[in-house]
Amino acid sequence: MLEIRNLHATVDGNQILKGINLTIKKGEIHAIMGPNGSGKSTLAKVLAGHPAYEVTAGEVLYEGKNLLEMSTDERAREGVFMAFQYPIEVPGVSNAQFLRLAYNEKRKHLGEEELDPLEFKDLLKERAKVVEMDASFMTRSVNEGFSGGEKKRNEILQMAVLEPKLAILDETDSGLDIDALRVVAGGVNQLHNSENAVVLVTHYQRLLNYIVPHYVHVLANGRIAREGGKELALELEEKGYDWITSAAA
Amino acid sequence: MVMATEVTKQKSSIWEAIYSQPNEFESVAWAKRLREAAFDRFKELGFPTVKDEEWKYTNVAPLTKLSFQTARDDGSSEVTSAEVNRLGCVEAKNSQLVFVNGALRKDLSSLADVPAGVIAMGLVEAIEEPGYQELIREYLGRGVGYNTNGFVALNTAMLAGGAFVLIPRNVEIHKPLSLLFLSAGNVASFPRVLVIAEANCKATLIESYANAGAGVSFTNAVVEVVLQEGSRLEHYKVQRESVESFHIASTSATLGTNASYDSTAINFGAQLSRHDVAVQMGQEGAECWVDGLYVVSSGQHTDTHSVIDHQQPHCTSHQLYKGILDGKSRAVFNGKISVRHGAQKTDAMQTNKNLLLSKEARVDTKPQLEILADDVKCAHGAAVGQIDEDQLFYLQTRGTHGELARNLLTYGFAEEVIGKIKIDSIRSQLDEAVLHRLNARLEA
Repeated sequence: MLEIRNLHATVDGNQILKGINLTIKKGEIHAIMGPNGSGKSTLAKVLAGHPAYEVTAGEVLYEGKNLLEMSTDERAREGVFMAFQYPIEVPGVSNAQFLRLAYNEKRKHLGEEELDPLEFKDLLKERAKVVEMDASFMTRSVNEGFSGGEKKRNEILQMAVLEPKLAILDETDSGLDIDALRVVAGGVNQLHNSENAVVLVTHYQRLLNYIVPHYVHVLANGRIAREGGKELALELEEKGYDWITSAAA
Repeated sequence: MVMATEVTKQKSSIWEAIYSQPNEFESVAWAKRLREAAFDRFKELGFPTVKDEEWKYTNVAPLTKLSFQTARDDGSSEVTSAEVNRLGCVEAKNSQLVFVNGALRKDLSSLADVPAGVIAMGLVEAIEEPGYQELIREYLGRGVGYNTNGFVALNTAMLAGGAFVLIPRNVEIHKPLSLLFLSAGNVASFPRVLVIAEANCKATLIESYANAGAGVSFTNAVVEVVLQEGSRLEHYKVQRESVESFHIASTSATLGTNASYDSTAINFGAQLSRHDVAVQMGQEGAECWVDGLYVVSSGQHTDTHSVIDHQQPHCTSHQLYKGILDGKSRAVFNGKISVRHGAQKTDAMQTNKNLLLSKEARVDTKPQLEILADDVKCAHGAAVGQIDEDQLFYLQTRGTHGELARNLLTYGFAEEVIGKIKIDSIRSQLDEAVLHRLNARLEA
């Protein structure tokens, strides 16, 4: 589904990614771990198409197509989703309005008929169950005045509505208390299936107790320094990142 | 002021010709004298120029170079009821007075839904009516004087078209009352409105301006609202004249004890529009909302000057003006809150926020506080910004293409004002104006 080859990227002239190679197949869950500044979030943003990040070398193939040539919104309509570490507040635009527009954009892209507000309301109600979200959140402005946990749940709600093929969750566990973490992780588990793939970008092992990855990749200094199964995350929890970063330096 | 006179002299012959036409007030001596005095004053004042501090950013010179037909001819203009339905307010279909080129068109108006006792009629007729004459004489020109503003002087001199509205005490009108002013052709019109809301009444007034058919029109309107003790008025002004037109308007509201005035001015038409809005908090316990939204694009200039005058203690004012500027457009916001000596416990809040959608757009915003009392709560602020790149990226990561995402963010910016509008048809007009490139309907 996703093939990253020798990916180099800069932001504000700083080289952050220095040759990432990663292959993700459908049905898989990958965890990207690493200390602060190792490039985890940069990788997520480059894949989503953030305009501040410049790819200086390498390529990314998504379902055989050149992902880097697609605009941000095109990537999304093709099924790439990124849950933000810090979801953005959009005052004056209701959650339901926004979700319906985004959903219909995708339907149009796939040549399917758009849903009218009533039809969409039913769908939204159904999908909101995935993250146990109350209907009152639908009429509120996107993320405005939401608590940290509510924002993260709202990200997973968007994922539930848009049904991406490739979901990249950037530090989705940060700032969540244990109950919220359980809800969010439960949502992701419900949405994951044999046809899609999930990439968890996380600093801590904690999230991986709830969403169990098939593979763990550890980033250090812009490269993948170590790879393994879920037991690698446990090892990191125990030993910290130092032994990997010093080896990578 | 001397400068202003020079500009006007070139063209005052047009106004002279309109003014000199036979008029209805030969029999009402005070009205005749008022017109004469106002016209003399207009000849002295002329139209303002950019040398006048109050008109520093708004140059009305293009207006003085044009010729307009008299708007005081008759009711022969080819405006159909279908057009009235399209341009009017569906909620006020049967509580609406329609004016074409300043003249009341009874054939296009309907007051079937207006409760008995409520007066809504042509101002000329009302002045001629002995029962209302003295009341009108007392209030006309009290809120908006003609001594300092050439446009007000001209409007007063041309006194002919417009409306008189009287809402008796304790009456509550459920349907909104609409005054629809249409311009047809290259005409100048001078709407004049006097609204008197007696004690403890409650009503909604919609005042809208539009063009029926093509033409470069000039609307010079003056609206005076008097709210007596405990009365409540919700007032919408919707200006959507053609982008070739000129719209100059003054609104004043004078609030009695515990009166409540909630106004929303929507400006998205005209090549040049100027709105002077003044609220006098003349008695204790009054409260007002003086909100607005202007939406302009290339070739448009809009200017709002507002004065909220806290004359008495324990009054509250709220002001939120938002502006959306696209293309090579320009907006001016000048808002003054004045708190007089002794107006203790005043609570005043003023905000002006602007969203620039292009690099060529320009806005001049100047909120001002003038506080002469010492126990008050006042705050004001102004902001000018662009579409937020983080928000844009966020919406795009959910699959909304760039233009749709921009429109959605623009809508989100305006929603704070649009959201408070309680008249569905006005809200949907605005949805269209703000989201005109947005295909999807937004009622979610």
